[in-house]
Amino acid sequence: MGKKFLMKGNEALAEAAIRAGCRHFFGYPITPQTEVAAYMAKQMPKIGGTYLQAESEVAAINMVLGAAAAGARAMTSSSSPGISLKTEGISYIIGSDLPCVIVNVMRGGPGLGGIQPSQSDYWQATRALGHGDGHALVLAPSSIQEIVDLMGKAFDLAEEYRMPAMILADGMLGQMMEPVEFSKGEYQEHQKPWALTGHKNKRPPNIVNSLYLNPSELEQTILDRFDRYRLIEEKETMAESFLMEGAEYGVTAYGIAARVAKTAVLAAREEGIKVGLIRPITLWPFPKTEFAAFQELCGVLCVELSMGQMVEDVRLAVNGRCPVEFVGHTGGVVPTPDEVLGAIRKMAGVS
Amino acid sequence: MSVVFEKTKGLTDKETHYCPGCTHGIIHRLVGESLEELGILGDSIGVAPVGCAVMAYDYFNCDMVEAPHGRAPAVATGIKRVHPSCIVFTYQGDGDLAAIGTAETVHAATRGENITIIFVNNAIYGMTGGQMAPTTLPGQVTQTTPYGRDTAIAGYPIRVCEMLSTLDGVAFAERVAVHDVPHIKKAKAAIKKAFQTQIAKKGFSIVEVLSTCPTNWGLTPVEALSWLKDQMIPYYPLGNFLDRTGEAGE
Amino acid sequence: MNVQMLLAGFGGQGILFMGKVAAATAMIDGKHVSWLPSYGPEMRGGTANCSVCIDEREIGCPIVLAPNLFVAFNRPSFEKFISAVQPDGTVFVDSSLVDLPCPREDVHFCTIPATVMAQQNGLNGLANMLMLGYLTKVSGFTSIQTLFQAVNDTVPSSKVQMLKKNLKAVALGYEFTG
Repeated sequence: MGKKFLMKGNEALAEAAIRAGCRHFFGYPITPQTEVAAYMAKQMPKIGGTYLQAESEVAAINMVLGAAAAGARAMTSSSSPGISLKTEGISYIIGSDLPCVIVNVMRGGPGLGGIQPSQSDYWQATRALGHGDGHALVLAPSSIQEIVDLMGKAFDLAEEYRMPAMILADGMLGQMMEPVEFSKGEYQEHQKPWALTGHKNKRPPNIVNSLYLNPSELEQTILDRFDRYRLIEEKETMAESFLMEGAEYGVTAYGIAARVAKTAVLAAREEGIKVGLIRPITLWPFPKTEFAAFQELCGVLCVELSMGQMVEDVRLAVNGRCPVEFVGHTGGVVPTPDEVLGAIRKMAGVS
Repeated sequence: MSVVFEKTKGLTDKETHYCPGCTHGIIHRLVGESLEELGILGDSIGVAPVGCAVMAYDYFNCDMVEAPHGRAPAVATGIKRVHPSCIVFTYQGDGDLAAIGTAETVHAATRGENITIIFVNNAIYGMTGGQMAPTTLPGQVTQTTPYGRDTAIAGYPIRVCEMLSTLDGVAFAERVAVHDVPHIKKAKAAIKKAFQTQIAKKGFSIVEVLSTCPTNWGLTPVEALSWLKDQMIPYYPLGNFLDRTGEAGE
Repeated sequence: MNVQMLLAGFGGQGILFMGKVAAATAMIDGKHVSWLPSYGPEMRGGTANCSVCIDEREIGCPIVLAPNLFVAFNRPSFEKFISAVQPDGTVFVDSSLVDLPCPREDVHFCTIPATVMAQQNGLNGLANMLMLGYLTKVSGFTSIQTLFQAVNDTVPSSKVQMLKKNLKAVALGYEFTG
């Protein structure tokens, strides 16, 4: 066991990124993720890395595009309104097959919304991180330790599949402290023969580009990318199964909502309700196979800090085999374990 | 037989898509020649814009990336921070640099980002078919100023070199034109000087090149050259606006 | 004991730091712990509060909605949260700042004039540590040795001159008998 540190989620994710070899961070302050930038600003100069405060979220993501094209492990972080601004750049990054990590510490929206924790960017993260056919890997930690563990994974997967990876957290995970332990910090950067390094008169120029004026050519690049997506959907889904053995009812939630849901599931078990929980860790790819276990149950409850976004993926995965209910709050209001427990009781027909 | 002229190695053999009479080709050649003559082609990384020069990544014979509209200075910043020893340049038009990308331009400049910007000002949006640019002259007719640019409605053109010259991070800013051979020679010298500024790590360098757009101006190539000289230069005076290359670097 | 601690007061009273030290004790004691601050405009001079959960089991929901240990450093916080305290829970009040009787009979009510005591002992600004010492004595959620160690671990090395004062404040609170 290594040394444990009591750290804020935002600081822990910054430290984990540094330990995963990230030396280029481009950011812009926004609550509730500003500690990420502050931590990077403090640490990067000490290790020969770059922290640069961009003039906007738009500039920050394009600096990431440039640094990633140049072959570096680059990263930016923001919160919901800032992510909206970044979607232009993310679309280009997807279209140019560049690896990078983007962190979204979600807050309430739409518009300027609020600054309290939210999960209302699920659709944006999994469906529409910019225009065009395309995806980013979306990883959803539910503890500070998991933020740390997923950060290295995010960089690795991004490089393996040459695509952006998003850590989808929320204001509560960003602001709370828990003990964390860092792994030894061993990482293997992938070979990047495509990177812009100057050809040194030894090879033809490398070109990083997302423009294809010939429709068939553009279609082919997308088809190739979707072949990779299929591989990712087969190989890279992650989910946690909790008390699912012998369960008659299921609860599902990701991130901080899963913490609330777990407390409620434990309380329901104590009351004798046979309920278990599946917590998706990858939101894209969505762990459909793991969710197949829900098809045999009498009812499923999805808990989110939104009006119900992931619930649509849950319904698709369950494919009509059992009813899927939803309980949640939005705008920065967090559902309580008691509310979730009440919804579990209702689903199980217990008064 | 002795060789009296060779095409620069700074450009690929790909045929360009520019309209007949457009001076983008000349400017490409000046950039390519400068990179070759300075011996930096193998260390150069270029950033293509969105606009007429969007496919510049196929023409410059160095590593290239195509940036989102207006974001080339930010993309170049990311590259330069990863490879400070590489020569990083952007090639941008007036809409890209002075409208949608104004923030990226100004902030790369004020950071003193050690990159070079080749800014092609032809007073119009070429790629989309001739709409008003931030540099369209007062009274100039375009598709979106069909009665001439009315400054009461559409405001005034931006003089980019003058504006950027107020910033401490800028090391070199010069406006040149390519309507005749003497001016083309001066343009080449300025472009080379800008790259030398970057090699010497003096900071941000920009060369604004007044360029023609016969197609969207509705003129013949020869008339367009005259229009540049008679209409553009009076509004956009040529010359050097800032040269800190003599000052101590780094 | 499963600790659901809620600490509340004004920004600048060291509420969040107090929570951080409490959380550090749990790390030393080898327990699961979470620390969750309120954040936003209230951090900049308004009310601040902080949830600390300590448990033998993994922490589920990190928000303390029904504290079994509640500390109030101002009147608005006392009035806002007193009804949320678990029956049989313990309420700690800085009596130099909150002069109200406890409206409930099913909770333990403990007062300490922490701010005044701190001032009298040359420990300005350390009412939070006095309170934490007192809370530790009354609740026994951790040992005084662990608490001293946690203060050592938590006071930043750049403020080492503050360490002694923090330890003194903790000890003073721990010895307070009402």
